[in-house]
Amino acid sequence: MTLSAICIRDLSVGYGGLAILDGLNFEIRRGSIFAILGGSGCGKTTLLENLIGIQEPLAGEIDITGFGTPDLDRGFPPYGVSFQGGALFGSMTLLENVSLPLVRWTTLAESAIEAVASARLRLVGLAGFENHLPNEVSGGMQKRAGIARALAMEPSLLFLDEPSAGLDPSTAVELDDLLCCLRDDLGVTTVLVTHELASIFSIADDCIMLDKQARGIIARGSPTSLRDESQDPTAHAFFNRLPKTPPQPGVSENCL
Amino acid sequence: MSAPTFELTRASGRDSAALELRGHCHLEGAADLWRQLQAGLGAKRALDLSGLESLDGASAALLQALVAEAESRGGALELVGARAEVHRMLALYSCDSPGECAPARQREPGLFDEIGRATRDIVASLRDVLSFMGDLCVALMRAGRERGSVNLRAVPNLMERAGADGVPIVLLINFLIGLIIGLQAAYQLQRFGANVFVANLVGLSMVRELAPLMTAIVVAGRSGAAYAAELGSMRVNQEIDALRTLGMDPYRFLVFPRLLATVAVVPLLTIAAMVVGILGGLIVAVQDLGITTTAYFNQLHGAVGMLDVMGGLLKSVVFAVTITLISCQRGLATRGGAAGVGSATTSAVVVILFSLVVIDALFTVTFNLFGI
Repeated sequence: MTLSAICIRDLSVGYGGLAILDGLNFEIRRGSIFAILGGSGCGKTTLLENLIGIQEPLAGEIDITGFGTPDLDRGFPPYGVSFQGGALFGSMTLLENVSLPLVRWTTLAESAIEAVASARLRLVGLAGFENHLPNEVSGGMQKRAGIARALAMEPSLLFLDEPSAGLDPSTAVELDDLLCCLRDDLGVTTVLVTHELASIFSIADDCIMLDKQARGIIARGSPTSLRDESQDPTAHAFFNRLPKTPPQPGVSENCL
Repeated sequence: MSAPTFELTRASGRDSAALELRGHCHLEGAADLWRQLQAGLGAKRALDLSGLESLDGASAALLQALVAEAESRGGALELVGARAEVHRMLALYSCDSPGECAPARQREPGLFDEIGRATRDIVASLRDVLSFMGDLCVALMRAGRERGSVNLRAVPNLMERAGADGVPIVLLINFLIGLIIGLQAAYQLQRFGANVFVANLVGLSMVRELAPLMTAIVVAGRSGAAYAAELGSMRVNQEIDALRTLGMDPYRFLVFPRLLATVAVVPLLTIAAMVVGILGGLIVAVQDLGITTTAYFNQLHGAVGMLDVMGGLLKSVVFAVTITLISCQRGLATRGGAAGVGSATTSAVVVILFSLVVIDALFTVTFNLFGI
């Protein structure tokens, strides 16, 4: 039997009392890679912010207690988070950024912290950039350093916001391999917000698709089942890389 | 702290150059693992992992760091007998070269490094200032040629922020300054029976020196810091670059509106500051020195001329230009992230305050030379 890692019940999220997504109900299996999909502005990142506890839901319940108490004001949360832009601390080197939670929350010796933090950076392809400041490396590298920092405390639950966006294809594949490895060898549960279809098909076990108009989930299941069997036109168009509106007569297909 | 979930022992039935690691190695016990391995490995050449049931990334990184450390010393440490999952994790954290697992630490800068860096920073800062002045002149000429290219729509809002919003604090500070000067002067003047001259002292001090200077200091703290922080944030968020790619000149879009707004409001604030400062002196004159209001203003009229007021206002205009140009220059020269914005703001305020005092001194010396 597979245990649920996260249970979402009747969740409503939004800003200033205005719900962007309403009545969400879904479960994320422990040890799976779960993708949250949807068009721009449909509330994917808002949902993620609610899941990680930096925003209060308007209504409903998010149960991730299987991983520990997610109280951001009391100790290290039971998950790692990588933000869209990396969200690195500009006055610290990449190594210091990754070391920060280890320094605060472990009793590791300085040399061990350095070894672990530099290994995390190596893991995301940033060997040799340990002593660089964030503004001295590219946006993609900053994002990878953000992922390394999310991995620093060996979390069993990872939240990644657009992890592959802005990465070159080889690095994106390496990142996918890393997430699979973490899932298969360590049972890490990963929740990721992404648009990258190739990545979704190669690593995601389950996914939900959100929609702005519906203000909720319009499709759920495995990526391949959604691509091949989904009846929803938006989900069908998304998974088959089709335009939302059919081409107008007289417009060259090559232009689309 | 939780009990260790691993056990490190001398390998049994094998050569004495091996240690055996059993159990589960996770981040919670990584500190112990590192300590025990560093103490126990010594000259050991192998670590038997056949009894190791699970290994997380942090522990794998530590084992690989020990292997690299042994190699860098000219020795060797072999990790043997790992089961498939453990082996996969070790492979994930393996290094292409020993140097990769033991990255070179950043060297602490020495005295000459610090001198070199400081010199480089000063030269870069001077270059930035020169570049700013050059760009400003070019933008000024283009603004003259291309009518309507300056973002005048932003000026009223900026005037409100720099002027109207700052009125209460400017009035309060200058009123108190007038009051303080009056009180300080009262005792000395009473000794010589020259009570009425408190009007001369307060009037001239406020009009020629203190009202322009104190107002400029308040504006520097409020608006100068805000300009530097705003433009600095825009610089690090690439908004300035975005403006350029839209064919818009940051000087005409951001700097000139701020310059116009500040130059317009600082003299007005200064006039208000002069008035309340003189009123502060009046209260002391009436309450402590027994001078009538009419006598105070008659004396003031004789002591303070239009030339004094104009001199004070001229200073205030120069101060406004100084505040805006320095804060905008520092903002546009911001580098780095949030820390860069903080440094730019601090540096803007410090340089503005220093410049204001120097300019004030130059004005005073010049006015004295010409007998004004």
